[in-house]
Amino acid sequence: MKRTTALRAVALGAGLAMLATACSSGGSGSSEETAGGDGENVTLQWWHNSNTGEGKDYYDQVADQFEQDNPGVTIEVSALQHEDMLTKLDAAFQTGDTPDVFMERGGGELAAHVEAGLVKDITESASETIANIGGVVDGWTHEDKVYALPFSIGVVGFWYNKSLFQQAGITEPPATMEELNAANDKLKAAGIEPISVGAGDKWPAAHYWYYFALRECSKDVMGEAIATRDFSDDCFLRAGADLEALVATKPFNTGYLATVAQTGPASASGLLATGKVAMELAGHWEPGVMKGLTEDGTGLGENTGWFAFPAVDGGEGDQAAQLGGGDAWACAQDAPDVCVDFIEYLLSDEVQKGFAEYDMGLPTNRSASAFVQDPALAGLLAVRNDAPYIQLYLDTEFGENIGGAMNDAIATVFAEQGSAQDIVDAMTSAAANE
Amino acid sequence: MASDLTPRTQGRGPRGAAAGARTGAAGQASAWPAAAGPRDPDARFRSRQWRQRLEIAFFVTPALVLFAVFVVVPIVQAGRYSMFKWNGLGPMDNFIGFQNYANALADTIFQRAVTNNLLIVVLSIAIQLPIGLAIALLLNRSFPGRTAMRVIVFVPYVLAEVVAGVIWALLLQPNGPLDSVLDAVGLGFVKQVWLGDPGFALWTVIGVLTWKYVGLAIVLLLAGLQGVPEELNEAASIDGASWWQVQRKITIPLLGPTIRTWIFLSMIGSLQLFDMVWILTKGGPANATVTMATYLINQGTERSQYGYASAVAVLLFAISFILAILYQTFIQRNDSDDASVVRGRRKVSR
Repeated sequence: MKRTTALRAVALGAGLAMLATACSSGGSGSSEETAGGDGENVTLQWWHNSNTGEGKDYYDQVADQFEQDNPGVTIEVSALQHEDMLTKLDAAFQTGDTPDVFMERGGGELAAHVEAGLVKDITESASETIANIGGVVDGWTHEDKVYALPFSIGVVGFWYNKSLFQQAGITEPPATMEELNAANDKLKAAGIEPISVGAGDKWPAAHYWYYFALRECSKDVMGEAIATRDFSDDCFLRAGADLEALVATKPFNTGYLATVAQTGPASASGLLATGKVAMELAGHWEPGVMKGLTEDGTGLGENTGWFAFPAVDGGEGDQAAQLGGGDAWACAQDAPDVCVDFIEYLLSDEVQKGFAEYDMGLPTNRSASAFVQDPALAGLLAVRNDAPYIQLYLDTEFGENIGGAMNDAIATVFAEQGSAQDIVDAMTSAAANE
Repeated sequence: MASDLTPRTQGRGPRGAAAGARTGAAGQASAWPAAAGPRDPDARFRSRQWRQRLEIAFFVTPALVLFAVFVVVPIVQAGRYSMFKWNGLGPMDNFIGFQNYANALADTIFQRAVTNNLLIVVLSIAIQLPIGLAIALLLNRSFPGRTAMRVIVFVPYVLAEVVAGVIWALLLQPNGPLDSVLDAVGLGFVKQVWLGDPGFALWTVIGVLTWKYVGLAIVLLLAGLQGVPEELNEAASIDGASWWQVQRKITIPLLGPTIRTWIFLSMIGSLQLFDMVWILTKGGPANATVTMATYLINQGTERSQYGYASAVAVLLFAISFILAILYQTFIQRNDSDDASVVRGRRKVSR
């Protein structure tokens, strides 16, 4: 009895000691080299999420190359599993001990980090790269200052099953909402469920409203709403009305309110991958997800098709604008200056070319676009590059608070329990609460 | 009566009795070998008392430290956070008093969460108690395969909640295994969109919870049944009581304390319900199955509103705590007396 207690005490002590070491080692990271001038030894901590296979090796090579080109710089690479990285980053942001180089998803999340003094302003120091990658940096801009360099941006659109479309007699992918509704009717007539949507996870359903808002609201109105958090423009209500109209035609898979986005064969992606539905609104990750959800690892294979979100008749927005998002490299506020050189290097023609060749994402440096291997992704990339502008996912854009309230309200519209007005009200009251 | 129940302190002299009373929790300590102490009884007593205190401190301190670090400090911290508007980043400097509490109490989704929780409390008891009691009474009779039956009945409770949740999510998916079974046995007409229908999802969740937790009721009640003296049954049978009469008039009343303890556990579990709902529905569709705990995660931490989340957590704690106190005060109040009545009767029957 006594011995076990003693053992327990020892174990507890050891645990506390480990905890203490963990805390202190977490803290040591970015502070040791704030001097950071030329000729001195500088260490950069870099967290990324390409933790397997070719992607991991490639980033190791990139880090080695940068070390060779910049004597005195050491890069400590941490290749983390994606969810782990997000959890660790959240904790790092809360304690203020961030790594020097990390990923930012932009929008309201970035704004919160900027206001907490966690991210370096790179407007001047990285101006050349910013000019090179163009308009997509808007999502990582806060009060006219740029805080991160997006390295992979995808757009959301409809992924569809070519053979099911053919079976239903649909020859052209729909370009307008009328055509989409007509296609849905044809699919239903052929006994095929038209669209899967992971409304159980909310964000896949919310993408519909984002797109309707993008089609209904002019770029100026949207920009104003993002800046002022004022959603009183009528176009937001029209977006909700468009959504209500679409939901009322019942185009979605059975039980879609509890369907999850992309885990398992009964998820929205799984239903598309296994030929149970004809299409799904999703981002550039969809082919990869579908490959993981089929036994032969090919997803829809040759039957994979993609078309952009249809135009909405009478909408004030640019009907070719795309909704998208991605990841960007940012430097910690107190990181040494060489950090900016490193993230610019990550966006260079050379590094982005390799990034594209290994299918690690959709490069933002246009010189690398030609090297994307996957044909479906290459098509999507062409649409992205031709888009007049790319609107960041609205939940990311508005931040977790308004974004979460907005997604919840949109999900109730999918359940036919909420209205267009409810979405705007939820966003307005969340904004008042900021 | 009371002296009958404390035979160990009897005949030990007033001091021994006092020491026994004073050390309370460490009752075994009074069984320490007396021969080890010095001759003088007073000094021996003092030394023993000192050793007892040391021993208590030794055994209790680690637990107290853990309790303080992992229970008391977080509760106090949550109370502090709940007074601020804070997104978890940077300094916590926007003090807003009780605004977070006011916002939560005024939010219709939070009200729905509280209603759902209370509904689950009531229905869990109303459904699981009769089922649990019936099965426990059945399993208390001897028949071939009884042990196997007991194990089978308890399996759902032993299964990790997340695992059980994932299994049910798969079974309940549209056109999934459950629907196929219903079709196969000609019950296709009872098919539902089990988890995707805002009007039905809560009932599905309650069904799964019943499956998961009725095992606990059965095991506790079976344990309680072991404490019901066989002699009473025999006596009643001799007096001509049927099996039903014996159960109704003797067994169930004597199970009272066990039943009340189970109700307490079930109530607290229902109020803090999270895992199963999160796996099955995430509180959806359209907030149909939201509970206070899923509300806390969804509206609080996932939206980086740590101040608000803390306020909801404190409310959840307060509601559970108040209900627990009320329950203990008004319902479980007499249980110690009940227990002594049983023990008293037992003695009489000997």
